[in-house]
Amino acid sequence: MAAQDRPLSPHLQIYKPQLTSVLSITHRATGIALAVGTLLLVWWLWAAAMGPEAYASAQAFCRHWIGHLLLLGWTFSLFFHLCNGIRHLFWDMGRGFDLKTAYASGWTVAIASVVLTLGSWIWAYAVLGAAR
Amino acid sequence: MMRRTQLGRVRGLGSAKSGTGHWWAQRLTAIALIPLVIWFVVSVIVLTGAPHAAVVAWLGNPLTATLMVLLIFATFHHAQLGLQVVIEDYVHGEGTRLALIVLVKFAAILLGTGSVIAALKLCFAR
Repeated sequence: MAAQDRPLSPHLQIYKPQLTSVLSITHRATGIALAVGTLLLVWWLWAAAMGPEAYASAQAFCRHWIGHLLLLGWTFSLFFHLCNGIRHLFWDMGRGFDLKTAYASGWTVAIASVVLTLGSWIWAYAVLGAAR
Repeated sequence: MMRRTQLGRVRGLGSAKSGTGHWWAQRLTAIALIPLVIWFVVSVIVLTGAPHAAVVAWLGNPLTATLMVLLIFATFHHAQLGLQVVIEDYVHGEGTRLALIVLVKFAAILLGTGSVIAALKLCFAR
């Protein structure tokens, strides 16, 4: 039988998405996003190191809607990867593998990352408002 | 039945020839990043909209600079370890895979070193 005629196992699109699989791939996606997002950290540090004018232009970019969108994506990715990473560390210790716990921890991660993202932005805007 | 040689057992590196080094380094940096990331996010939120002088004063504190350098090291080490796994999983051409892994590792070292230099410059700015 030629290689291309061999039967293939069903691919991703065949399976119904489940919380566990969706969170798993989201962990990877947010990890990649955060790796790219380190450019924001480097830029912020360099702008600060270059002096007040460079720092002011970095701040202006953060205030722009594109900067806001990037920072919002970065904040969510960070909190998701942090929370789900802790979930992974428990798995590494051999805990929480049964279906019920895996789903409970999964929902906890999903809700916690949204709440932490929103909470951080509300706090940041409160800081900004108090400074004015 | 144990099929491995005694030398192989002593080395403990398995068929991948690298043992658990990569896995372990990723976990250690993950654990270190939990407190470091929480500290960094809180610090950045407190500095929202603050003038340049406030950032200089913040990083001028030796404790802040220490945590910042540790955060940079753990972040870029963790990131390149993670990206390596992603590349190994999804990029099948041997040449492309090797080139991408080298690129990611060099980029992590470049960006990490650049970040440390910027942080140290700010630390000693005063």
